[in-house]
Amino acid sequence: MPQVTLTVNGKTHTVEVEARTLLVELLREKLRLTGTHVGCDTSQCGACVVQMNGDSVKSCTTLALQAEGATVTTIEGLAKADGTLHPMQEAFREYHALQCGFCTPGMVMSAIDLVEKHPQGLNEAEIREGLEGNLCRCTGYHNIVKAIGAAQEVMHGRSATLAPAHAAE
Amino acid sequence: MYDFAYHKPTTVADAVKILAADSDARPISGGQTLLPALKHRLNKPTSVVDLSGIAELRGIKRDGNKIVIGAMTRHADVANSAEVKAAIPMLAMLASGIGDPAVRNRGTIGGSVSNNDPAADYPSAVVALNATVVTSSRRIAADDFFQGMFTTAMEPGELLVAVEFPIPEKAGYAKMRNPASRYVMAGAFVAKTGGQVRVAINGAAACVFRQKDMEAALSANWSPAAVAGVKQAADDMNSDIHGSAEYRAHLVTVMAKRAVAAAG
Ligand SMILES: Cc1cc2nc3c(=O)[nH]c(=O)nc-3n(C[C@H](O)[C@H](O)[C@H](O)COP(=O)(O)OP(=O)(O)OC[C@H]3O[C@@H](n4cnc5c(N)ncnc54)[C@H](O)[C@@H]3O)c2cc1C
Ligand code: FES
Ligand code: FES
Repeated sequence: MPQVTLTVNGKTHTVEVEARTLLVELLREKLRLTGTHVGCDTSQCGACVVQMNGDSVKSCTTLALQAEGATVTTIEGLAKADGTLHPMQEAFREYHALQCGFCTPGMVMSAIDLVEKHPQGLNEAEIREGLEGNLCRCTGYHNIVKAIGAAQEVMHGRSATLAPAHAAE
Repeated sequence: MYDFAYHKPTTVADAVKILAADSDARPISGGQTLLPALKHRLNKPTSVVDLSGIAELRGIKRDGNKIVIGAMTRHADVANSAEVKAAIPMLAMLASGIGDPAVRNRGTIGGSVSNNDPAADYPSAVVALNATVVTSSRRIAADDFFQGMFTTAMEPGELLVAVEFPIPEKAGYAKMRNPASRYVMAGAFVAKTGGQVRVAINGAAACVFRQKDMEAALSANWSPAAVAGVKQAADDMNSDIHGSAEYRAHLVTVMAKRAVAAAG
């Protein structure tokens, strides 16, 4: 069977896979990192988004073998060892940006890539445009957009702490 | 998904060799079209030939009055390329509007042009800019390349290597997107290159096509008003749950008007 070697959340793994194994199947079934979700079979929902070599990608639409040598970050790799959440996770919590939570791992991973690639800052319309590949059946997106708007200030060092949700109203 | 063998050649010559030896082998670029199709068991390749290890297929360069884009160049790279933005800003804009960020981080120009989805964005730019498609064995003019729904002039086993876009004086693109899939319902790419006007319509029919009445109107008078009076016949337009043929025919004129306005 073919083998793939990749680094996930800082740890290097060599895993035997079938050629048809998807990256999301490798993550969930072989590495037991079940934070990355599968919400569709049409590549449209974004629940499976992870970072691969610094870019957001749909892990359901990437072969495991295409991740040979890659550096992958999943939702499990964001918080610090002491449990401190990534500013984007903290913002989702503070802004009540999730209900059932199914879309959340993909939303958070897409949001981090979006913010990292726009150091000049994003307005509300740009955030909504950037979330085009992530579907949420619960929240109506509003609080997700607010959370990302607040998180970018912390991520770019323009604010030391997250603006509290009630102050943003 | 059915299983298959996986190859990752490092040269175009090796990839062509693998494809020539097995008529059921398929190239994979970004996989953003091929993998969804394989998941639905729409086809059953014996092997998949990953083109991502072939350095010569990647990259964007300016060559005189042309922009040359390698087949494996991702939509995100075209959208962010300083070279493309300076020479053909509408092409960067088109790439930035394909699908969503994660699709743009994997999907490639070679995969999109080879696939010739009627609702894809790139084919309109290839036709309107009168680009040349460079393959592993020849050079194909845009007008000869796109032959019908999901059909191109490429033979099985032939690889798309690069697309050469002549730099236009003016270019504009506008599309109406399907709000769910983001694919094109109807789009228009208008361009004036070396004084010649070309108008390519995508999304509306089975295959990208040139709207010659609009080309004549714009040759006489380059303005949104000039195309506003040109009606697209509904006969050959697509009709599906997303829109009727009449609706798409109407959109063609609206999109052409917006494209000319965008071109300035
Ligand atoms: C959710 C979603 C939304 C999308 N929205 C849009 C959109 O709005 N507009 C749009 O234009 N596209 C859209 N796409 C399609 C996307 O742009 C694809 O990336 C593109 O159509 C195919 O490129 P690829 O590199 O992924 O090709 P692949 O999926 O790897 O390949 C596609 C086909 O081309 C063949 N092929 C690939 N490379 C070559 C080559 N170099 N030579 C010969 N044959 C080759 C393959 O064998 C396969 O048959 C969307 C896709 C998804 C999943
Ligand atoms: S699971 Fe829906 S896009 Fe990947
Ligand atoms: S929180 Fe339920 S799908 Fe988004």
